[in-house]
Amino acid sequence: MLEIIQKPWPWYVAGALIGLTVPALLLLGNKHFGISSSLRHICAICIPANIPFFKYDWKREIWNLFFVVGIALGGLVAAQWLSNPDPIQIAEKTVTDLQALHITTDNELMPASIFSFENLFNMKGLVFFVLGGFLVGFGTRYAGGCTSGHSIMGLSTLQWPSLVATCCFMAGGFAMVHLIFPWLMNVL
Amino acid sequence: MQSSNQNIETSPAAIEHPIECEAPNDQVAEESLIISNLKYAVVGVLFGIVFVKAEIISWYRIQEMFRLHSFHMYGVIGTAVGVGMLSVWLIKKFKIKTRQGEAVVFHDRQFQWGNVIGGIMFGLGWAITGACPGPLFAQIGSGFLVVIVTLLSAIAGTWVYGLLRDRLPH
Repeated sequence: MLEIIQKPWPWYVAGALIGLTVPALLLLGNKHFGISSSLRHICAICIPANIPFFKYDWKREIWNLFFVVGIALGGLVAAQWLSNPDPIQIAEKTVTDLQALHITTDNELMPASIFSFENLFNMKGLVFFVLGGFLVGFGTRYAGGCTSGHSIMGLSTLQWPSLVATCCFMAGGFAMVHLIFPWLMNVL
Repeated sequence: MQSSNQNIETSPAAIEHPIECEAPNDQVAEESLIISNLKYAVVGVLFGIVFVKAEIISWYRIQEMFRLHSFHMYGVIGTAVGVGMLSVWLIKKFKIKTRQGEAVVFHDRQFQWGNVIGGIMFGLGWAITGACPGPLFAQIGSGFLVVIVTLLSAIAGTWVYGLLRDRLPH
Protein backbone atom coordinates (compact mmCIF):
# COMPACT_ATOMS: atom_id res chain seq x y z
CA MET A 1 0.00 0.00 0.00
CA LEU A 2 2.71 2.44 1.07
CA GLU A 3 4.57 1.53 -2.10
CA ILE A 4 1.66 2.66 -4.26
CA ILE A 5 1.41 5.92 -2.30
CA GLN A 6 5.14 6.56 -2.60
CA LYS A 7 5.12 6.31 -6.38
CA PRO A 8 4.16 9.51 -8.23
CA TRP A 9 0.38 9.67 -8.51
CA PRO A 10 -1.12 9.58 -12.00
CA TRP A 11 -2.82 12.68 -13.37
CA TYR A 12 -6.35 11.31 -13.17
CA VAL A 13 -6.02 10.54 -9.45
CA ALA A 14 -4.53 13.94 -8.66
CA GLY A 15 -6.97 15.76 -10.93
CA ALA A 16 -9.99 14.05 -9.38
CA LEU A 17 -8.82 14.80 -5.84
CA ILE A 18 -8.15 18.45 -6.69
CA GLY A 19 -11.56 18.69 -8.35
CA LEU A 20 -13.19 17.28 -5.21
CA THR A 21 -11.78 20.19 -3.23
CA VAL A 22 -14.47 22.36 -4.88
CA PRO A 23 -17.49 20.54 -3.39
CA ALA A 24 -15.59 19.78 -0.17
CA LEU A 25 -15.11 23.49 0.59
CA LEU A 26 -18.59 24.43 -0.60
CA LEU A 27 -20.32 21.81 1.51
CA LEU A 28 -18.12 22.17 4.58
CA GLY A 29 -19.03 25.82 4.93
CA ASN A 30 -19.97 27.67 1.74
CA LYS A 31 -16.34 28.46 0.97
CA HIS A 32 -15.08 29.11 -2.53
CA PHE A 33 -11.92 27.45 -3.73
CA GLY A 34 -9.26 30.07 -4.47
CA ILE A 35 -5.76 30.28 -3.09
CA SER A 36 -4.37 33.63 -4.22
CA SER A 37 -6.86 35.37 -1.88
CA SER A 38 -4.65 34.21 0.97
CA LEU A 39 -1.96 36.65 -0.19
CA ARG A 40 -4.45 39.48 0.04
CA HIS A 41 -5.54 38.43 3.53
CA ILE A 42 -1.91 38.39 4.66
CA CYS A 43 -1.57 41.96 3.36
CA ALA A 44 -4.79 42.94 5.14
CA ILE A 45 -3.55 41.48 8.42
CA CYS A 46 0.08 42.60 8.35
CA ILE A 47 0.40 45.75 6.24
CA PRO A 48 -3.02 47.25 5.42
CA ALA A 49 -1.44 50.76 5.38
CA ASN A 50 -4.86 52.37 5.09
CA ILE A 51 -5.25 51.08 1.52
CA PRO A 52 -8.99 50.56 0.85
CA PHE A 53 -8.27 47.27 -0.94
CA PHE A 54 -6.96 45.83 2.33
CA LYS A 55 -9.58 47.27 4.65
CA TYR A 56 -12.14 44.57 5.25
CA ASP A 57 -13.06 42.08 7.92
CA TRP A 58 -10.25 39.58 7.32
CA LYS A 59 -11.30 37.52 10.32
CA ARG A 60 -14.29 36.41 8.25
CA GLU A 61 -12.01 35.15 5.51
CA ILE A 62 -9.37 33.60 7.73
CA TRP A 63 -10.40 30.07 6.77
CA ASN A 64 -8.33 30.69 3.63
CA LEU A 65 -5.16 31.06 5.70
CA PHE A 66 -5.92 27.85 7.60
CA PHE A 67 -6.26 26.21 4.20
CA VAL A 68 -2.86 27.39 2.91
CA VAL A 69 -1.09 26.54 6.17
CA GLY A 70 -2.62 23.09 5.69
CA ILE A 71 -1.17 22.96 2.18
CA ALA A 72 2.31 23.70 3.54
CA LEU A 73 1.87 21.00 6.22
CA GLY A 74 0.66 18.58 3.54
CA GLY A 75 3.84 19.34 1.60
CA LEU A 76 5.85 18.52 4.71
CA VAL A 77 3.99 15.25 5.33
CA ALA A 78 4.35 14.13 1.71
CA ALA A 79 8.05 15.02 1.55
CA GLN A 80 8.87 13.41 4.92
CA TRP A 81 6.89 10.21 4.84
CA LEU A 82 5.42 9.58 1.41
CA SER A 83 8.15 10.71 -0.91
CA ASN A 84 9.16 8.88 -4.04
CA PRO A 85 12.54 7.13 -3.60
CA ASP A 86 13.19 7.19 -7.36
CA PRO A 87 14.45 10.21 -9.30
CA ILE A 88 11.78 12.33 -10.98
CA GLN A 89 10.99 11.31 -14.57
CA ILE A 90 11.10 14.33 -16.85
CA ALA A 91 10.24 14.27 -20.54
CA GLU A 92 13.44 13.77 -22.51
CA LYS A 93 12.75 16.69 -24.82
CA THR A 94 12.42 19.00 -21.82
CA VAL A 95 15.70 17.69 -20.37
CA THR A 96 17.44 18.45 -23.68
CA ASP A 97 15.84 21.90 -23.90
CA LEU A 98 16.88 22.75 -20.36
CA GLN A 99 20.41 21.51 -20.90
CA ALA A 100 20.70 23.94 -23.79
CA LEU A 101 19.83 26.65 -21.27
CA HIS A 102 22.45 25.29 -18.83
CA ILE A 103 19.82 24.07 -16.39
CA THR A 104 20.78 20.61 -15.25
CA THR A 105 18.09 18.21 -14.15
CA ASP A 106 18.70 16.55 -10.83
CA ASN A 107 16.64 14.04 -8.89
CA GLU A 108 14.67 16.58 -6.90
CA LEU A 109 11.38 18.23 -7.77
CA MET A 110 13.12 21.58 -8.23
CA PRO A 111 16.44 22.31 -9.98
CA ALA A 112 19.05 22.95 -7.29
CA SER A 113 21.02 25.11 -9.72
CA ILE A 114 18.26 27.71 -9.42
CA PHE A 115 16.32 27.17 -6.22
CA SER A 116 19.09 27.36 -3.63
CA PHE A 117 20.05 29.96 -1.07
CA GLU A 118 23.32 30.61 -2.92
CA ASN A 119 21.32 32.39 -5.60
CA LEU A 120 19.48 34.56 -3.14
CA PHE A 121 21.62 37.64 -3.71
CA ASN A 122 22.56 37.32 -7.37
CA MET A 123 20.73 38.03 -10.61
CA LYS A 124 19.26 34.53 -10.80
CA GLY A 125 17.66 35.00 -7.42
CA LEU A 126 16.38 38.42 -8.38
CA VAL A 127 14.64 36.99 -11.45
CA PHE A 128 13.48 33.58 -10.20
CA PHE A 129 12.43 34.54 -6.68
CA VAL A 130 11.84 38.27 -6.53
CA LEU A 131 10.56 39.10 -10.03
CA GLY A 132 8.78 35.74 -10.48
CA GLY A 133 7.08 35.98 -7.10
CA PHE A 134 6.08 39.59 -7.69
CA LEU A 135 4.46 38.72 -11.03
CA VAL A 136 2.55 35.87 -9.39
CA GLY A 137 1.28 38.07 -6.56
CA PHE A 138 0.49 41.15 -8.66
CA GLY A 139 -0.84 39.21 -11.65
CA THR A 140 -3.19 36.92 -9.74
CA ARG A 141 -4.75 39.79 -7.83
CA TYR A 142 -5.08 41.94 -10.96
CA ALA A 143 -6.64 38.98 -12.77
CA GLY A 144 -8.93 38.31 -9.82
CA GLY A 145 -7.69 34.78 -9.19
CA CYS A 146 -5.17 32.11 -9.99
CA THR A 147 -5.24 28.57 -11.28
CA SER A 148 -7.52 27.51 -8.44
CA GLY A 149 -9.89 30.50 -8.35
CA HIS A 150 -10.23 30.96 -12.10
CA SER A 151 -9.13 27.78 -13.87
CA ILE A 152 -10.74 25.31 -11.48
CA MET A 153 -13.47 27.11 -9.50
CA GLY A 154 -14.29 29.60 -12.26
CA LEU A 155 -14.48 27.02 -15.04
CA SER A 156 -16.40 24.60 -12.79
CA THR A 157 -19.10 27.26 -12.41
CA LEU A 158 -18.98 28.08 -16.16
CA GLN A 159 -17.73 31.66 -15.85
CA TRP A 160 -16.47 32.91 -19.19
CA PRO A 161 -14.20 35.62 -17.70
CA SER A 162 -12.40 32.75 -15.96
CA LEU A 163 -11.90 31.05 -19.31
CA VAL A 164 -10.40 34.29 -20.66
CA ALA A 165 -8.12 34.52 -17.61
CA THR A 166 -7.05 30.87 -17.95
CA CYS A 167 -6.13 31.41 -21.62
CA CYS A 168 -4.09 34.46 -20.60
CA PHE A 169 -2.28 32.48 -17.88
CA MET A 170 -1.27 29.97 -20.54
CA ALA A 171 -0.33 32.69 -23.04
CA GLY A 172 1.94 34.33 -20.45
CA GLY A 173 3.57 31.00 -19.62
CA PHE A 174 4.18 30.11 -23.26
CA ALA A 175 5.63 33.56 -23.92
CA MET A 176 7.99 33.25 -20.96
CA VAL A 177 9.22 29.76 -21.82
CA HIS A 178 9.56 30.18 -25.58
CA LEU A 179 10.32 33.87 -26.11
CA ILE A 180 11.85 35.33 -22.96
CA PHE A 181 13.57 32.33 -21.34
CA PRO A 182 16.17 31.69 -24.09
CA TRP A 183 17.24 35.33 -23.90
CA LEU A 184 16.99 35.54 -20.13
CA MET A 185 19.13 32.47 -19.43
CA ASN A 186 21.84 33.86 -21.68
CA VAL A 187 21.97 37.07 -19.69
CA LEU A 188 21.93 35.42 -16.25
CA MET B 1 -40.66 54.58 16.29
CA GLN B 2 -37.57 55.65 14.54
CA SER B 3 -35.32 53.23 16.35
CA SER B 4 -37.57 50.28 15.57
CA ASN B 5 -37.26 51.09 11.90
CA GLN B 6 -33.52 51.12 12.14
CA ASN B 7 -33.49 47.78 13.86
CA ILE B 8 -34.90 45.95 10.88
CA GLU B 9 -32.13 43.64 9.90
CA THR B 10 -31.04 43.23 6.35
CA SER B 11 -31.43 39.85 4.72
CA PRO B 12 -29.04 37.36 6.33
CA ALA B 13 -27.90 36.20 2.89
CA ALA B 14 -26.31 39.58 2.15
CA ILE B 15 -22.77 39.35 3.41
CA GLU B 16 -20.26 42.07 2.91
CA HIS B 17 -17.16 40.77 1.24
CA PRO B 18 -13.88 42.36 0.45
CA ILE B 19 -14.32 43.81 -3.00
CA GLU B 20 -13.74 41.21 -5.70
CA CYS B 21 -12.78 38.48 -3.31
CA GLU B 22 -12.69 35.42 -5.52
CA ALA B 23 -12.68 32.95 -2.66
CA PRO B 24 -15.34 34.40 -0.39
CA ASN B 25 -16.78 32.93 2.75
CA ASP B 26 -20.52 32.74 2.10
CA GLN B 27 -21.49 31.03 5.28
CA VAL B 28 -24.11 32.87 7.30
CA ALA B 29 -23.63 30.91 10.52
CA GLU B 30 -20.97 32.26 12.86
CA GLU B 31 -17.75 30.29 13.17
CA SER B 32 -15.26 30.18 15.97
CA LEU B 33 -11.89 31.57 14.97
CA ILE B 34 -9.79 28.45 15.53
CA ILE B 35 -11.88 25.32 16.00
CA SER B 36 -14.28 25.76 13.06
CA ASN B 37 -11.45 26.70 10.76
CA LEU B 38 -9.34 23.65 11.54
CA LYS B 39 -11.34 21.56 9.08
CA TYR B 40 -10.10 23.76 6.25
CA ALA B 41 -6.56 23.11 7.39
CA VAL B 42 -7.29 19.38 7.15
CA VAL B 43 -8.57 19.81 3.57
CA GLY B 44 -5.40 21.84 2.94
CA VAL B 45 -3.17 19.05 4.24
CA LEU B 46 -4.79 16.50 1.90
CA PHE B 47 -4.54 18.97 -0.95
CA GLY B 48 -0.86 19.66 -0.21
CA ILE B 49 -0.11 15.94 -0.23
CA VAL B 50 -1.74 15.61 -3.66
CA PHE B 51 0.34 18.54 -4.93
CA VAL B 52 3.58 16.88 -3.94
CA LYS B 53 2.62 13.33 -4.89
CA ALA B 54 1.47 14.30 -8.37
CA GLU B 55 4.60 16.46 -8.70
CA ILE B 56 2.48 19.50 -9.53
CA ILE B 57 4.84 21.56 -7.37
CA SER B 58 7.76 20.58 -9.58
CA TRP B 59 9.34 23.36 -11.60
CA TYR B 60 10.12 20.73 -14.28
CA ARG B 61 6.46 19.75 -14.67
CA ILE B 62 5.57 23.38 -15.42
CA GLN B 63 8.38 23.56 -17.98
CA GLU B 64 7.11 20.36 -19.60
CA MET B 65 3.62 21.80 -19.74
CA PHE B 66 4.64 25.04 -21.45
CA ARG B 67 6.92 23.12 -23.83
CA LEU B 68 4.05 20.72 -24.67
CA HIS B 69 6.31 17.78 -23.88
CA SER B 70 4.02 16.08 -21.42
CA PHE B 71 0.31 15.58 -20.96
CA HIS B 72 0.56 15.33 -17.16
CA MET B 73 -0.37 18.88 -16.11
CA TYR B 74 -3.07 19.15 -18.77
CA GLY B 75 -4.51 15.88 -17.51
CA VAL B 76 -4.47 17.08 -13.90
CA ILE B 77 -6.13 20.43 -14.61
CA GLY B 78 -8.58 18.92 -17.11
CA THR B 79 -9.70 16.20 -14.70
CA ALA B 80 -9.97 18.71 -11.85
CA VAL B 81 -12.19 20.98 -13.94
CA GLY B 82 -14.32 18.02 -15.03
CA VAL B 83 -14.83 16.76 -11.48
CA GLY B 84 -15.43 20.31 -10.26
CA MET B 85 -18.05 20.95 -12.95
CA LEU B 86 -19.84 17.70 -12.23
CA SER B 87 -19.86 18.44 -8.48
CA VAL B 88 -21.23 21.95 -8.98
CA TRP B 89 -23.88 20.59 -11.34
CA LEU B 90 -24.91 17.95 -8.78
CA ILE B 91 -25.04 20.53 -5.99
CA LYS B 92 -27.28 22.78 -8.11
CA LYS B 93 -29.43 19.95 -9.48
CA PHE B 94 -30.17 18.31 -6.12
CA LYS B 95 -29.97 21.56 -4.14
CA ILE B 96 -27.47 19.97 -1.78
CA LYS B 97 -27.10 22.05 1.38
CA THR B 98 -23.93 22.84 3.29
CA ARG B 99 -23.17 21.06 6.56
CA GLN B 100 -24.89 23.93 8.37
CA GLY B 101 -27.99 23.48 6.23
CA GLU B 102 -27.43 26.62 4.16
CA ALA B 103 -27.95 26.87 0.42
CA VAL B 104 -24.68 26.88 -1.50
CA VAL B 105 -23.97 30.34 -2.91
CA PHE B 106 -22.47 30.84 -6.36
CA HIS B 107 -21.19 34.07 -7.86
CA ASP B 108 -21.05 35.30 -11.42
CA ARG B 109 -17.77 36.78 -12.54
CA GLN B 110 -17.69 40.13 -14.29
CA PHE B 111 -15.23 40.46 -17.12
CA GLN B 112 -12.61 43.12 -16.59
CA TRP B 113 -9.39 43.84 -18.47
CA GLY B 114 -7.44 42.75 -15.43
CA ASN B 115 -8.41 39.18 -16.38
CA VAL B 116 -6.26 39.68 -19.47
CA ILE B 117 -3.41 41.92 -18.31
CA GLY B 118 -3.10 40.38 -14.86
CA GLY B 119 -3.59 36.93 -16.36
CA ILE B 120 -0.63 37.37 -18.70
CA MET B 121 1.51 38.76 -15.86
CA PHE B 122 0.67 35.77 -13.70
CA GLY B 123 1.44 33.41 -16.60
CA LEU B 124 4.89 34.95 -16.99
CA GLY B 125 5.53 34.55 -13.27
CA TRP B 126 4.12 31.02 -13.22
CA ALA B 127 6.65 29.88 -15.84
CA ILE B 128 9.56 31.50 -13.95
CA THR B 129 8.75 30.27 -10.46
CA GLY B 130 7.21 27.00 -11.56
CA ALA B 131 4.41 27.63 -9.11
CA CYS B 132 1.01 29.16 -8.76
CA PRO B 133 0.13 30.38 -5.27
CA GLY B 134 -0.99 26.95 -4.00
CA PRO B 135 2.17 25.07 -4.93
CA LEU B 136 4.26 27.92 -3.45
CA PHE B 137 3.02 26.90 -0.01
CA ALA B 138 3.54 23.20 -0.76
CA GLN B 139 7.08 23.83 -2.06
CA ILE B 140 7.99 25.57 1.18
CA GLY B 141 6.44 22.78 3.24
CA SER B 142 8.29 20.10 1.33
CA GLY B 143 11.60 21.70 2.21
CA PHE B 144 12.47 24.21 -0.53
CA LEU B 145 12.84 26.96 2.00
CA VAL B 146 14.25 29.50 -0.44
CA VAL B 147 10.73 29.69 -1.92
CA ILE B 148 9.82 31.68 1.20
CA VAL B 149 11.48 34.58 -0.62
CA THR B 150 9.22 33.97 -3.64
CA LEU B 151 6.19 33.94 -1.36
CA LEU B 152 7.21 37.19 0.33
CA SER B 153 7.69 38.74 -3.09
CA ALA B 154 4.23 37.50 -4.14
CA ILE B 155 2.75 39.11 -1.04
CA ALA B 156 4.58 42.31 -1.96
CA GLY B 157 3.14 42.06 -5.49
CA THR B 158 -0.37 41.75 -4.12
CA TRP B 159 0.25 44.72 -1.85
CA VAL B 160 1.55 46.90 -4.68
CA TYR B 161 -1.52 45.93 -6.72
CA GLY B 162 -3.71 47.10 -3.85
CA LEU B 163 -1.77 50.36 -3.73
CA LEU B 164 -2.01 51.06 -7.47
CA ARG B 165 -5.46 49.57 -7.99
CA ASP B 166 -7.29 52.81 -8.75
CA ARG B 167 -4.73 53.85 -11.33
CA LEU B 168 -4.76 50.56 -13.29
CA PRO B 169 -7.09 49.86 -16.22
CA HIS B 170 -9.77 47.35 -15.28
